[in-house]
Amino acid sequence: MSSTPIDAAARATPKRIARKIRGLSDRAIAWIFVAPTIFLLLAINIFPLIWTIQLSFTNYKANRIGREVKNIGLRNYERILTDSDIWLNMQATAHFLFWTITLQVIIGFFLAWLIHRNFKGNAFWTTVIVLPMMLSPAVVGNFWKFLYQPQIGLFNYIVGFFTGKDPSSFEMLGSVQLAPWSIVIVDTWMWTPFVMLICLAGLRSIPDYIYEAAEIDRASKFRQFWTITVPMVLPFLMLAVLFRGIENFKMFDLVVQLTGGGPGSTTELTSINLKREAFEKWRTGYASAYAIILFVTVFGLASIYVKALNKVKER
Amino acid sequence: MRKITSAALGAALAGFASVPTTAAAEDLTLCWAAWDPANALVELSKEFEAQSGHNMNFEFVPWPNFADRMLNELNSGGKLCDLLIGDSQWIGGGAENGHYVKLNDFFDANDISMDDFAPATVYAYSTWPKGTPNYYALPAMGDANGWFYRADWFADPEIQAAFKEATGRDLAEPKSQKELLETAQFFQGREIDGKTVYGAAIFTERGSEGITMGVTSALYPWGFKYENTPGEYDMEGAVNSAEAVEALEFYKEFYETATPPGYTNSYMGESLDAFKSGQVAMAMNWFAFFPGLYADPNTGGDKIDFFVNPPQNNPGSTLGGQGISVVAYSDKQDAALEYIKWFSDPAVQAKWWELGGYSAHNSVLNDPGFVDSQPFAGDFLDAMGGVQDFWQEPAYAELLLAMQKRVHDYVVAGQGTAQEALDLLIEDWTEVFEDEGKL
Repeated sequence: MSSTPIDAAARATPKRIARKIRGLSDRAIAWIFVAPTIFLLLAINIFPLIWTIQLSFTNYKANRIGREVKNIGLRNYERILTDSDIWLNMQATAHFLFWTITLQVIIGFFLAWLIHRNFKGNAFWTTVIVLPMMLSPAVVGNFWKFLYQPQIGLFNYIVGFFTGKDPSSFEMLGSVQLAPWSIVIVDTWMWTPFVMLICLAGLRSIPDYIYEAAEIDRASKFRQFWTITVPMVLPFLMLAVLFRGIENFKMFDLVVQLTGGGPGSTTELTSINLKREAFEKWRTGYASAYAIILFVTVFGLASIYVKALNKVKER
Repeated sequence: MRKITSAALGAALAGFASVPTTAAAEDLTLCWAAWDPANALVELSKEFEAQSGHNMNFEFVPWPNFADRMLNELNSGGKLCDLLIGDSQWIGGGAENGHYVKLNDFFDANDISMDDFAPATVYAYSTWPKGTPNYYALPAMGDANGWFYRADWFADPEIQAAFKEATGRDLAEPKSQKELLETAQFFQGREIDGKTVYGAAIFTERGSEGITMGVTSALYPWGFKYENTPGEYDMEGAVNSAEAVEALEFYKEFYETATPPGYTNSYMGESLDAFKSGQVAMAMNWFAFFPGLYADPNTGGDKIDFFVNPPQNNPGSTLGGQGISVVAYSDKQDAALEYIKWFSDPAVQAKWWELGGYSAHNSVLNDPGFVDSQPFAGDFLDAMGGVQDFWQEPAYAELLLAMQKRVHDYVVAGQGTAQEALDLLIEDWTEVFEDEGKL
């Protein structure tokens, strides 16, 4: 008689239950194992999603319990899609997404390429570079607020030092022109290391013999870079772009700490605006419609992107 | 001051003896904002604990998160707070959504008369619908937006001479909004004691209520009204009147020409910091902070003085302050009401003022020694005589956030004109009132 833990558990099962289990098909047993996960998925993902869709067609306000809830059809969707202020929020989000991802990919890849070369202190510099992403966004937002301070901020001082401008003559967080760039700079500072780590993994996955073969074929370094390094790291880079894109579409804490969405509404990203509608104005029905529109946008873009990623991987 | 103190202590002790106690001692939680007066209330409440046997706990939330935290608590029917000192604008929602216990019967049964409190505070902190004798709070903390300034700089003969030369008048507390701006502009960028200083710290915060509270401090003295006819929500011509446009343009000019660099998202804390660090000659802030400012070892004492928000077309100050309510979801309402009864006692109110709280009780405010009891006491009385509050509707948060956006877009971000900002504000508010079924 075998004595594995499973056998021991089988022997310990009361006969009455064992008889019932013996009668179950493999498929039924599989369902029993999967059921808790499916239940959790339904409870915390699918049900809220369906409920949100339902609320999006109403004038429901979560802070007005006794108020009559009316079905208002597509009115919330119509209001959102025709609201010029929301389109400005979308533009601010698009600006933030485009520039953070572009800068993080370029700088992250470059840093990974540098770190990939073996040099003295390699491990130390890797640790130093990844430090920013270990910090809390709230902390990063707060101390960059000080760095951007026009009178005592280090950032303004350094810019002033190199350009000869008076440090207090420009306001990174208070200027309509500069504030969108100020949040891009901070997010890039914080999350470039993440892209760097993914790129580093990609670089380290390229076998040395491919470069050796290229050397034998007398391929130049530049050609090796464009025909070996870039194509082989590309799936990793695309994965990094996907992660950063999804994360930055939801960006909230860092920007709230830095600018609170201001000046005016210049850096009010969609997630900040959505939070204000849902939990400050308590326009639950309206905010639900807003959330569904954002969900469809992200889901649609991510689906297209994942298909492209799979094609790149298949190459 | 001493006269008030000794009378207060004596009467407080006598008062404790007359407050009924419940049989069982309870753990009560009082929720409020985390600021100087809250510390004074902790001190004051020790006597309630000693007298009643109840244990007082406190939940103080920093101002920027106070509304979010507490309104979430109320909306979810939470039992965290038995007593809540909620902002004046919450009274409509508190009453209509059933968050606050109606106190009329309790007041009648315990001989608590609203006639004993300053009328402006009863109207603003206790009643809903506004002005009706339906009470949902006891006035707890009178407050208004006022000003303080560097008295030592104002008294400096060299600075006085320079001011006279620049403006043709004597350097003194401003008597109008335009004098206020002129004074602030005079100090802007001036070298004092080897340091560059600036005109004034005003409210420009975007996230919660800051810039609205600042802008209304200019709008009200210009004669701003929310409606042409009270209760009719007819805002066209009132909210965007010529006076309102002029006041908003004034505030923008103030922001652009008389505030420190980088002052784009500033509220109470930043105003206090700017003043205490010697960066500004004047600053606006709530009277609640004035006792702490006066006691400051570096910029308090004879280096500071206070003045009421100057008039322009008429006197007008932005109302702050709060009433204390019993939360309807509390299981300890009897003990909470006992606290309200104790707090309403004139002797306790006198001690409240003495400790740094702003009593709204007539026995304190009308005391002959009151005006001289603190250097800002007279200004406080003046301010409370001309206060005006924001909408107190159940949908106040929507109304407030709309105004935050429109005025910040105009004043700080420089988008559009004052007329456009106020026109858009009417559109936003009209949409809110239509959703509410009031238009």
